[in-house]
Amino acid sequence: MSEPVNQSRRRAAIATAAVPGAMLGAAAVAPFVTSMTPSERAKAAGAPVEVDISNLKPGEKVNVEWRGKVVWVMKRTPEQIASLSQIPASQLADPMSAGSKQPAYVDPKTRSISPELVVMEGVCTHLGCSPVSRLTPGELGNDWLGGFYCPCHGSKFDVAGRVYTGSPAPTNLPVPDHKIDGTKLVIGITPDGKEA
Amino acid sequence: MASKQPSMFTNPVMRWVDERFPVTGLMKEHLTEYYAPKNFNFWYYFGSLAMLVLVLQIVTGIFLTMNYKPDANYAFGSVEYIMRDVDYGWLIRYMHSTGASMFFVVVYLHMCRGLMYGSYRKPRELIWIFGCLIYLCLMAEAFFGYLLPWGQMSFWGAQVIVNLFAAVPFIGPDLAVWIRGDYAVGDATLNRFFAFHVIALPLVLLGLVAAHIIALHEVGSNNPDGVEIKQGPKGNRWSKDAPADGIPFHPYYTVKDIVGVVVFLMIFSAIVFFAPEMGGYFLEYNNFVPADPLKTPDHIAPVWYFTPFYSILRAVPPMFGSQFPGVIAMGLSTLIFFALPWLDRSTVRSIRYRGTQWKTWFTIFIACFLILGYLGVKPTTVWGQFGEWASFLDTKDRATWVARLCTVLYFAFFFLMPWYSAADKTKPVPSRVTYGDDVKAVPAAGE
Repeated sequence: MSEPVNQSRRRAAIATAAVPGAMLGAAAVAPFVTSMTPSERAKAAGAPVEVDISNLKPGEKVNVEWRGKVVWVMKRTPEQIASLSQIPASQLADPMSAGSKQPAYVDPKTRSISPELVVMEGVCTHLGCSPVSRLTPGELGNDWLGGFYCPCHGSKFDVAGRVYTGSPAPTNLPVPDHKIDGTKLVIGITPDGKEA
Repeated sequence: MASKQPSMFTNPVMRWVDERFPVTGLMKEHLTEYYAPKNFNFWYYFGSLAMLVLVLQIVTGIFLTMNYKPDANYAFGSVEYIMRDVDYGWLIRYMHSTGASMFFVVVYLHMCRGLMYGSYRKPRELIWIFGCLIYLCLMAEAFFGYLLPWGQMSFWGAQVIVNLFAAVPFIGPDLAVWIRGDYAVGDATLNRFFAFHVIALPLVLLGLVAAHIIALHEVGSNNPDGVEIKQGPKGNRWSKDAPADGIPFHPYYTVKDIVGVVVFLMIFSAIVFFAPEMGGYFLEYNNFVPADPLKTPDHIAPVWYFTPFYSILRAVPPMFGSQFPGVIAMGLSTLIFFALPWLDRSTVRSIRYRGTQWKTWFTIFIACFLILGYLGVKPTTVWGQFGEWASFLDTKDRATWVARLCTVLYFAFFFLMPWYSAADKTKPVPSRVTYGDDVKAVPAAGE
């Protein structure tokens, strides 16, 4: 009959064929995985947004859409600004916003360029729900000074978006880059005009 | 698999087919000569009912895709169109939405059966693992499907679940963007979830169901006594080699299952025709509002079948400035089921012969699962707050603390099982299967 099978030669031949085959197979996955990343059109849709703030009265808040997220633009009342100092630092998870997302040019405590006008993403840092306004003091218990409440998992924030301890949210609400130009607010741009 | 056997048909067409495709072999192996234990009870309806619901979902789903539009601008409207303008569209859609919830009802009961009678124990570990994979696949299928109507709950549910992946350290944010296909949940997300829901996951699901059944028919069914009929005496009315306590699946269990199907369809129809929303549990009221990326509804909760796991997510506080521990706990609470065959060290399989310890833990587990499920549909303040005296607690919500206790017990059921299941004082297991009520009247082996 025929000569005996050379097993090691056969294994080497299989490996020589299988290894590049597997590598090619893996390489073929790449275009499919990459096709699921944001398309060029989605990437181009992140332009800065302009907001007219001339009619915004103290205590009012408007919602603006920027890059698919809701951004709150709120003019705080003097009482609301004062409430930021009344909360003991021990009740806040990150009172000076050390580990939270915000540009260097905003005050770490009021989290705004000027104390009155605050701009922040209305997106809970826990799992991305949009917190609801609970601005009346006492609305969430006797010691509640007014702020925001996330309906999804119960995170609580003060009027500067600073998160209370015991909330599932780990950090304060993010503050996006923004620029105030008189009555015009531009979200997605730094005060010196660089696009975020 | 099926070996060549003499054809069971006299019809020449079927005989022609049988020479080329093993119709006879397959039917004998899986139906007429698949011997299942004769003592199946009520709990054994749910496997076949799960198959029925799977078929219903596939058929109604195909017809829904004929009118549904997976586009963020048209999706909500196309569902309304199906409900109002398509002939019998309301029926097809309500069957599909009710089917989703009923799928979980029967699957949870089917899993509970497995837990009670030790159906995951050697040699059925792979059946159990395939079953766990089916369950995970089913949860993914339900999640992807829930985005499609593009209502408020669809949108915000998807937002929360996709953000779970963003909590993964380092790669999280990029991973979430990759899943969404955009920086926020939007049209790209809807379009790809549609693809997953109607083709990718159903294919995986069908493959897993086939594997589940092939593995089952390889080792044979367990039964309420947890007695291995293949190790008992041989010989019954149909075959001298078959287990004495086995009866052919067809016609005996097909007929039994038809009774189950009839009762199930009565309940199913009652829901479809009289309470398709099921008080907001099967179809949430907020989902009749189109998705609004700028406003989260005041109270959001997942559909009832996800709520035990959602409660676990919500109960775990953030640690080290990250919500990842909660996500880990939630993931683990669904994956822990895979380990069950190796956690259980008892000498018996069935709850009928287990001792007090296992029964107590099992009762605690079921109670915790139900309490967590209930809490998941309610806000954390549902049971009020502790008073001022409780200021040392990180949160004063009573429900959060109950959820934390239940979460700990939920995991304790699994993690302590190697000890309490081995230490348990079990009852003697009969040598043959029983009918439950006459445990003492077991006929002697070789009757």
